[in-house]
Amino acid sequence: MKLVVNGERVVVPNTVETVTELLRHFELNQKVIIVELNAEIVGKEKHAETLISFGDKIELVHFVGGG
Amino acid sequence: MLKIGGYEFSSRLLLGTGKYPDFDIQRKAVDVSGTEILTFSVRRMNIFEAGQPNFLENLDITKYTLLPNTAGAKTAEEAVRIAKLAKASGLCDMVKVEVIGCLKTLLPDPVETLKASEELVKEGFTVLPYTSDDVLLARRLEELGCHAIMPGASPIGSGQGIINPLNLSFIIEQCQVPVIVDAGIGTPSDAAIAMELGAAGVLLNTAVSGAKDPVKMAEAMKFSIEAGRLGFEAGRIPQKRYATASSPVEGMSFN
Repeated sequence: MKLVVNGERVVVPNTVETVTELLRHFELNQKVIIVELNAEIVGKEKHAETLISFGDKIELVHFVGGG
Repeated sequence: MLKIGGYEFSSRLLLGTGKYPDFDIQRKAVDVSGTEILTFSVRRMNIFEAGQPNFLENLDITKYTLLPNTAGAKTAEEAVRIAKLAKASGLCDMVKVEVIGCLKTLLPDPVETLKASEELVKEGFTVLPYTSDDVLLARRLEELGCHAIMPGASPIGSGQGIINPLNLSFIIEQCQVPVIVDAGIGTPSDAAIAMELGAAGVLLNTAVSGAKDPVKMAEAMKFSIEAGRLGFEAGRIPQKRYATASSPVEGMSFN
């Protein structure tokens, strides 16, 4: 399935159907991470139930050092 | 105690987490500084380097109140979006509103800062705007419901120290919410001067992370902020043009 993740075109296996599975695919499931799906924030509690589909624009953001 | 919205802190140092030589030095510096509030930024992650350690993993973040900034935002809209992303982590509801209006000076855009702060107060955030040192702007931000006002001492990362003590003191005198001097601090004496002016706290980053020995500088900042606060509370003597002897005049003649 083709997606746009952080501005990059990526292809993930068709078995990846939810946000939780997407994070697991990128090995990000243990990280502090915030997900935006087509410009809408997906709260942590909704990761498992939120479906992703062809062409979705996904932003994965995290915290970095800053002042 | 430093009270910001519903939070209370015994340390008056707010410490940034950017640009430390390595995570180990950062952890030690954070620890020795005694800070209870850590600032950081929100960024896209590199999905192809997921294995890279993140600074949060090296700190016991349950010990700190997290203060994400909206650095990178040039408009109120962008700042609000970054703040909401940070809050969605479930780790924080405070935000340092930072809307940069000029890339050369990194000075804040007052109009966009005001707009973003208004929106974020309505959304229920604990809002700490980084602002220019304008007392009227500070009052407007306070009227909007901001929980602290954070005027800069000099440009971000410049280390020029307190170049505007008069403006800072106007803000400190006229605002009821805590005034935290943010940006431009270079040395412990700069931080002490901010506190002597009556600031409720100091936010700094590069002064520590960029020092030759960040851990030692973190400790120096802790002491200088404590000393400056004590000095403010003690109340300084008035400045006079001429000398006043501290030894008595009586009994000076031994002949």
